[in-house]
Amino acid sequence: MSFWLPVFALWKRELVRFWRQKSRILGVVASPLVFWLLIGSGFGDMGLFFPGSLVLTVMFSAIFSTITIIEDRREGFLLSMMVSPASRTSMVLGKVLGSATLAWIQGMIFLAFAPLAGVKAGASGFLGAAGSIFLISFTLSALGFLIAWKMNSTQGFHAVMNLALLPMWMVSGAIFPVTKAEVWVKWVMLVNPLTYSLALLRGQLTPDRAAGGPPAPVSIALTVLFGIVLLIASAMLANRKSTESAA
Amino acid sequence: MISVENVTHRYGARTALAGVTFRVGKGEIFGLLGPNGGGKSTLFRILSTLMLPSEGRTVIDGLDVDRSAAEVRRRIGVVFQSQSLDKQLTVAENLRSQGSLHGMSGSRLTARMEHVMERLGIADRRNDLVDSLSGGLRRRAEIAKGLLHAPRVLLMDEASTGLDPRARYELWTFVEELRTREGVTILLTTHLLDEADRCDRLALLHEGRIVTEGSPSEMRARIGGDVVVLESADTAALGSNIEARFGLHPKLVDGTLRVEIPNGHRFIADVFEAFPGVIDAVSLHKPTLEDVFVRETGAVFT
Repeated sequence: MSFWLPVFALWKRELVRFWRQKSRILGVVASPLVFWLLIGSGFGDMGLFFPGSLVLTVMFSAIFSTITIIEDRREGFLLSMMVSPASRTSMVLGKVLGSATLAWIQGMIFLAFAPLAGVKAGASGFLGAAGSIFLISFTLSALGFLIAWKMNSTQGFHAVMNLALLPMWMVSGAIFPVTKAEVWVKWVMLVNPLTYSLALLRGQLTPDRAAGGPPAPVSIALTVLFGIVLLIASAMLANRKSTESAA
Repeated sequence: MISVENVTHRYGARTALAGVTFRVGKGEIFGLLGPNGGGKSTLFRILSTLMLPSEGRTVIDGLDVDRSAAEVRRRIGVVFQSQSLDKQLTVAENLRSQGSLHGMSGSRLTARMEHVMERLGIADRRNDLVDSLSGGLRRRAEIAKGLLHAPRVLLMDEASTGLDPRARYELWTFVEELRTREGVTILLTTHLLDEADRCDRLALLHEGRIVTEGSPSEMRARIGGDVVVLESADTAALGSNIEARFGLHPKLVDGTLRVEIPNGHRFIADVFEAFPGVIDAVSLHKPTLEDVFVRETGAVFT
């Protein structure tokens, strides 16, 4: 049986659902935008926080999109997925790709504000940024899926957001650079996937500020690696046979 | 077509199924009847490949559900009690995505979609969002979704929940046609006695065990004769008096005495004569599945 048919169907489903609730776009893009406008204006430096706010947008979007797996479970759609012969891996990939595409679209909307941040990247910089935003979207969507799969309420997800994801973002270099951090924070930053997401975007959008961060090839390789590992972990989780109900 | 062998399932310390064994033949309409909490939902989840039992084996169309889950999923259509349609998609979009999950595409998928929508009478609602459909139409769309890939076995969990009598009647006409014309084997769970009466064969599930199995008429025939229900201010005393006088074994159920007896009308005359002024009310009926349940479990069917 085709592996890609269910992937495509579930990917498309995410897009159609998103298109029918356009207010979601506003919710996800607006808060990082406000954050960026306020903190950027406060420091009198709009460029400094732009890549970080972009990562925040993508993170919110990816996480809020994968959270819908909890709704799928509660509303029953997951039931019919789980009793279909489609491979569980293709279901995970479809859902993650769908969420990643939505996060990418919202990241691109945020990217449109780049000129206001004084970003003077050329066409290749924007193209690179667009590609990087997709990589980051995919990795964060896979992370979101892994977290959401075992959860049965969206309330739990908000706790994870506040206790794990926002702190992860804070120590990614979005607010302070790696070079100025205490040693233990440096270590946390080194194993934090978002550190590489941020370095990737900074390298493309504001290369003059990228000094001290990891070099681009390392950032790309590690973002891809994190994405693949998280996707495999999600697929393994969804493939597990269990005496507990799958949906 | 379906074989459940010694299936036991525990949720922690609670045993939901205790050694359930039964078989369903090809082209049969088989009902799992039982009160809520009797283990039907657990058994349904196991049959529909959503989970494995703690112990025991389930075989569908010759395939072990544990070892060949994907193959089994190709052969079964599942209609859940809860909704499984995406409310934000239209009927056609739901069917299309269901088809993709079953590896269907192109003209084959389109043809099957037309067929099931036509059969279930929802073709004119294909472009409506599921959210905007009435309960009855949603249920039809659910069934259309379950039948899309032309399964050999249809599993339905409390399929008539929330349907009005007319829609329920239509559903049953459809189910019977499906069996007769296409030879589909149908297993359904229900807590409705009149619905159970329409099955070819039944298993009565109570507290995780199958207490009896057979066709509805067989089950009723086992009772033989009539069922007489007596009410009295002191049912316990009346019960032991009846036992002493007539050699019968009345059952005390929910504050009433039940007696299974051939020629019930004669017994009624006799019992009134024997114990004048003690009996407050009496009724007589032909055995129903409820009586079968009471006889097998000693509990009232709720």
